[in-house]
Amino acid sequence: MIYVHRIFTALLATVPMSLTYAVTSGAAAQTSTQAATKSAHARDISIGLQAAITSMDPHYHNVGPNNSTLRHIFQPLVAPDENQKLTPALATSWRAIDDTTWEFKLRKNVRWHDGSAFTADDVAFTLKRVPNVPNSPSSFATFTKPIIDVKIIDLHTIIFKTAFPHPLLPSDLTAVAIISKAVGEKATTDDYNSGKAAIGTGPYKFVEYVANQRVVVKANYDYWGGEEPWDKVTFKMLTSPAARVAALLSGNVEMIETVPTADISQLEKNTKFALSNKVSNRVIYAHLNQHQDKAPVFLTDKAGKALEKNPLKDLRVRKALSMAINRDAIVSRVMEGRAVAASQLLADNFFGTSRKLKPAKFDPEGAKKLLAEAGYPNGFAMTIHGPNNRYINDAAIAQTIAQFYSRIGIEVKVDTMPSSVYFTRASKLEFSYMVLGWGTESGEQGSALRSLLATYDTAKGMGVTNRGRYSNPAFDKALGEALVTMDDKKRESMIQRAAEMAMEDVGLIPLHYEVSTWATTKALKYIPRTDQYTLAMNLKLAK
Amino acid sequence: MLSYTLRRLFQSGFVLLMMSFLVFVGVYAIGNPVELLINPQADDAERLRATIAMGLDKPFYAQYLAFLGTASTGDFGRSFVFNVPALSLILQKLPATIELALFATMIAVVVGIPLGLIAGLKPDSFVGRAIMALSIIGFSLPTFWVGLVLIMFFSVHLGWLPSNGRGDTVDVLGIPVSFLTWDGLTHLFMPAFNLALFKLSLLIRLTRSGTREALLQDYVKFARAKGLSNTRVIGVHVLKNIMIPIVTVIGLEFGSVIAFAIVTETIFAWPGTGKLLIDSINQLDRPVIVAYLLVIVSLFIFINFLVDVVYSVLDPRVRLGAQSGGGH
Repeated sequence: MIYVHRIFTALLATVPMSLTYAVTSGAAAQTSTQAATKSAHARDISIGLQAAITSMDPHYHNVGPNNSTLRHIFQPLVAPDENQKLTPALATSWRAIDDTTWEFKLRKNVRWHDGSAFTADDVAFTLKRVPNVPNSPSSFATFTKPIIDVKIIDLHTIIFKTAFPHPLLPSDLTAVAIISKAVGEKATTDDYNSGKAAIGTGPYKFVEYVANQRVVVKANYDYWGGEEPWDKVTFKMLTSPAARVAALLSGNVEMIETVPTADISQLEKNTKFALSNKVSNRVIYAHLNQHQDKAPVFLTDKAGKALEKNPLKDLRVRKALSMAINRDAIVSRVMEGRAVAASQLLADNFFGTSRKLKPAKFDPEGAKKLLAEAGYPNGFAMTIHGPNNRYINDAAIAQTIAQFYSRIGIEVKVDTMPSSVYFTRASKLEFSYMVLGWGTESGEQGSALRSLLATYDTAKGMGVTNRGRYSNPAFDKALGEALVTMDDKKRESMIQRAAEMAMEDVGLIPLHYEVSTWATTKALKYIPRTDQYTLAMNLKLAK
Repeated sequence: MLSYTLRRLFQSGFVLLMMSFLVFVGVYAIGNPVELLINPQADDAERLRATIAMGLDKPFYAQYLAFLGTASTGDFGRSFVFNVPALSLILQKLPATIELALFATMIAVVVGIPLGLIAGLKPDSFVGRAIMALSIIGFSLPTFWVGLVLIMFFSVHLGWLPSNGRGDTVDVLGIPVSFLTWDGLTHLFMPAFNLALFKLSLLIRLTRSGTREALLQDYVKFARAKGLSNTRVIGVHVLKNIMIPIVTVIGLEFGSVIAFAIVTETIFAWPGTGKLLIDSINQLDRPVIVAYLLVIVSLFIFINFLVDVVYSVLDPRVRLGAQSGGGH
């Protein structure tokens, strides 16, 4: 029996080594043989995706991975570039005629994949279909709702009337894929999945969709924007991170998205692969439950007795909780450098971010003093809740925060759970301190402030994801005015001021911005995107 | 036999009903799928629309009764996530899983029984002990870890086998299978081996102990005394007699191979039902979870029934439906 045991231990010991070995040198032989067999189809590529694409109907499910992959086939009027700056797509120009009237000039000589011409009728039809897709679990109506009237001026001019001044309309329309009226009128979601109705204007045409498995597209040689470098692109859904990396290393795919942080340093040393990364539009933050005046359930004194007052309603406590976190340590240790310490809801350079705001300085002594001033010289007891399968290293982040808090005398428990359980409970306001993330699709800080920090009022669409129930009337007013200001320059400075108000009041605790990482073979180069989309249009040959 | 079948059918129906109820309660208790599927920017009206679209606005018992009503007509509802009938989604993925499970079972049988036989015949030799050591490793190592090591070695390091997916398939009677193409076979081998490893070890041990026991029996001694060749003694007298428990275990384990292919399918991105189930649980896609479990439970019930029948054929002393004792 003893030698059996030895074999077992020996085997166990070799594995970490063999993994490292494989990553650093093993792929060498493989890629060269792969290159030889590939040369026959040099323009075919495979890409490993981290999430399942749930539908080929561009209006069925508003979720990042779907929107990203469908962008190859269908196009919006206005498209965000890799920095989420608005660029013309099916619209060549747009302007606000007055506060509630927008004119969009459409691109001429655009043809659908079935050969028919693209006109304003298609746009009007798309807006009609968006809120009426049967069984949609998350519709795009959020983006089209402000539009109350559509007027077709001529084949290539269309006018939208909005219910209220809505400066973000062009940005909202980046999410709405335009479909063909002739095809879409009779089509159901099933017809898009089968490909029958998957007729777009994009640089790639639909070839095949297999749920939970792959999406295949081929080049549209008549694309109005010119030819793409790839003939055929296969998106493989490789949801297990280890399987995704293995697929890249073994030459099964030429590119993967969302490289696990643990594998990044190995891939960096490997001369066969290239990495590209960019600060994303996603912030990781902590919401603090300020719903009741009495302390929430998961916040007590150290003996476990309920507290009379809710400490999280005290600015000094919130400040202390923010100061006690060493963000640089989280970035360098937990995130292996693939994150940037956060001061607000979007990284610098995004629209509406304030340069005046800096990440809170790590100062445990100052935090202790603030707690004492607030009447908690001995701290209190608190449970930190977080998901464990939603954001990059989410569980580790919650644990690290807990350690920082125990340093300033707070007794902390950590409870992390799968997102299927977590988000339901978080929305029911069961937690006191929750680790969360937010990706700002519009690339404009105003919409993040509106969803996360405005006073909760779902009927008006304000504070819909404000799970801390932070409420500050002065901030609400400043933000409300900013959101309906049509002039971009003016609006930007108003949003900046609103952000400063909320952040100085520590309405929530920003932790870091995620950095998205893509890995490709050396022969390729990916132009990284802030919206975390993985697009073949951004993938080029390295030289 | 008929009354036995009827009784089994009735019991099975009850099991399925209970199971569907438990899953319904379980998924209901975990959380609200709307929270996971909806865009976080959505306002009240949009949330309400999505909730109604999924039928989640009704009270729990009404949701369950509605499900029973449509389920009795064979409609298990549409997937929240994919918006296609849950059952068709599963039946579309099931051939891949069954192919994987069959191939894995085949590997286990073809490799496991001969190895077990060798280990049983020469228990003290180096080979015999090495085989037993291997079987312990096969038992103890977690599937996900072995899978990753296999990928690292055969795909990344040697570059012999592809690391994921199913490869080229051909249709046989309208069902896509991959074992008939070379590309498909190369895709099939690693996940099947990974899945087979546990069964393989089980069969080695089962065969070994069966063989050792049989060797001591009088009829083996008698066969040897008759001067029969070694091959004939082992191939006919020993092997035939140890087959009954082995066949039973293979049958019973086949169901669990299908049900527990989840880990292997996730690691090798094998497009089967296991991967579908994991994704559905993460998304709280209740119609798919319920339909999957109903299909798997039905499969279990069917296999158990089949094993019982085969057993009665193999061993004439067993009679199905015998209430008590004799009954000739």
